[in-house]
Amino acid sequence: MEGEDRVLEAVGLVKRYGTREALSGVSLAASRGELVAVIGPNGAGKTTLLSILAGVQRPDAGSLSRPAGEVGWVPQQAALYGKLTVAENLRLFARLEKVADVEGAVERMLEQTGLADRRDDQVATLSGGNRQRVNIAVGLLAEPEVLLLDEPSAALDPRQRERLWRFILDRARAGTAVIYSTHDVAEAERYAHRLLVLADGELLFSGSPAELEAACGAGGLDFEGAFVEFLRRRGH
Amino acid sequence: MRWLLLKDLRILRRSPLLAALLVIYPIAIALLIGFAVSRGPDRPRVAILNELPASARTLSLGGEDVDVARYTRRLFEAVDPVTVRTRAEALDKVRSGDVLAALIVPPDVTRKLETGLEPATVQVLYNAEDPVKARYVQDTIKAQVQDASNALTRKLTQVALGYLKLISSGGRVSLLGRDVDVLGLERAERIVRAARRELPRASASRERLDRVERFAALARDNLSLSDDVLASVASPIRVDRKVIHGGATPLSSFAVPVALTFSLMFVTVLLAAGALALEREENAFPRLVRGLVPRSGLLAEKVGLAAICALVLALVMLAALSAFVDLGWGRFPLWIAAIALGALGFAAMGAAIGGLAREVRAASLLGVMLSLPVAFLALVPSGAVSGGAYDAIRVVSAAFPFRPTLSALDAALNRSGPIGPPLLHLAVLTLAFGAIARLSLVRFAR
Ligand SMILES: Nc1ncnc2c1ncn2[C@@H]1O[C@H](COP(=O)(O)OP(=O)(O)O)[C@@H](O)[C@H]1O
Ligand SMILES: [Mg+2]
Repeated sequence: MEGEDRVLEAVGLVKRYGTREALSGVSLAASRGELVAVIGPNGAGKTTLLSILAGVQRPDAGSLSRPAGEVGWVPQQAALYGKLTVAENLRLFARLEKVADVEGAVERMLEQTGLADRRDDQVATLSGGNRQRVNIAVGLLAEPEVLLLDEPSAALDPRQRERLWRFILDRARAGTAVIYSTHDVAEAERYAHRLLVLADGELLFSGSPAELEAACGAGGLDFEGAFVEFLRRRGH
Repeated sequence: MRWLLLKDLRILRRSPLLAALLVIYPIAIALLIGFAVSRGPDRPRVAILNELPASARTLSLGGEDVDVARYTRRLFEAVDPVTVRTRAEALDKVRSGDVLAALIVPPDVTRKLETGLEPATVQVLYNAEDPVKARYVQDTIKAQVQDASNALTRKLTQVALGYLKLISSGGRVSLLGRDVDVLGLERAERIVRAARRELPRASASRERLDRVERFAALARDNLSLSDDVLASVASPIRVDRKVIHGGATPLSSFAVPVALTFSLMFVTVLLAAGALALEREENAFPRLVRGLVPRSGLLAEKVGLAAICALVLALVMLAALSAFVDLGWGRFPLWIAAIALGALGFAAMGAAIGGLAREVRAASLLGVMLSLPVAFLALVPSGAVSGGAYDAIRVVSAAFPFRPTLSALDAALNRSGPIGPPLLHLAVLTLAFGAIARLSLVRFAR
């Protein structure tokens, strides 16, 4: 199944900042409807990896299976114009993405994100949760097959988080491959089919949550504790 | 790109405080500068060459000696006089900017004043490279020479009136050391009348004497009008002005390009820098450059945005200024060329600042901090600092759009010189700053 449904594949990605290697030969793949979580401590290289997949940065080595412009990308910080309304932001990016039916795409995203009643509010006046929903909506305007989300839940309270994940799971169920980063291990365990563990730019593990649990040897500790122990054993 | 431009205009419209500041601030600055520029420095240095021989330093008018120095003292109070010995030295000092002007009093001044047959002429050489300075010197010297001239006129009039009174009424006068009794028309008339009475009624001489008497009466009556006639006698001293080099734009019209250039600079630099930095501050930059808009396209959009706004503002300012200053609307296409290229130069500079600063507030601060000194440097007159420092200032000024924009606008508005070179200069600066801005965007995404 994996071979046929594969929508994104990256091989041997390397990124250097000066002499420092932020990514050292990371490979990954994602299939239709798959939820892939990239976990790792701060500074592990998660943002670097996602922005290379998104085409914001170019890798120093390695290859991508599809042009980066074809994937949807949701940066960690909402990339929106505060002085424009929700609808104006969506319309602007739909036009820049050269979406065929601009108004249709805007209405669809307003409806899916449940922000139809806030459409004429300036983004600067929205709560963090709503701003993040608009941010994600912009990433989905062109109906991409792959959606990249960089720490999408980091700034949200538990209720907003809950709503966010319902929304993302809906997208995955509809066939979108979702790759997201998080440093919250429990979240990754709950909402991912596959986990990639990244530390100091190195890919330490790739597999299902259950497989990671087994590799960590949870032995009485909770999953997060086991994960920290796992990193420690691997020298991080 | 069109959508980005519309987006930026919409954001600008929704930031009324910023938009108002961008309009009011430059206009206020422009007015202040116009005001400051129309006031000259205190006591300008003026070289004085006195070619009068020592023997000719007093005037002999109507037997009275007048000390020329009395009339020049007033001038020396208004300027900081530098005595020079030769014409060449005077010319040198003006050319090098050591003095703002040179006043030359030729040797024949006293002789011409004494004979009163032709006006005495003093010469003023000044460096008109900078209209602010030139106008000031011109005004100061003109006013002082006018004062001296008026005083001499009064003196001459007094002397002439004395002579006329003598002719009219007669009296004693000292001539060549001897006391002479002048008859005068009045007494002449009386003598003629008495002589006439002694002649026989039918005598032909009686009628001839009648004519002499009528002439004397007529002359006396008309001489009493001479007060007014003499008062309107032309100034005895004439000022012969000579520009050493540089264009000569009168100050009031020079203030217009200065004010315009300042406004252009502020609006354009701040808008381009702010709009570019905003893309990063709102984190939109990475989203835009991953295939949606090329980096150069984004730069072009920001430069275009700033230039369009600046063009509109400049035209509004010109329309408003035309109420106070006489502007030659016939050269409108040249104005547009000067404003447009100036705006492009400033916008490219603003984009470079916005690219380096990456944050709206930092970009604005950097924009102001960089623009103001450059503008003031460009306005430093040549005589104000030493030659070496002035050369350094010229080099720095040439690296920024202020000076060429000012030259282009001055050329377009006041025909102060050819407009081609400053326009070309601006085109080069636009490309150079555009390249810097483009380089600054390479690492902009993070
Ligand atoms: N533009 C950059 N210049 C230099 N170093 C960078 C740059 N971006 C990221 N890094 C470094 O690369 C490493 C990975 O960063 P990042 O991908 O942001 O980590 P994460 O998202 O997992 O926290 C960090 O050590 C970070 O300091
Ligand atoms: Mg990160």
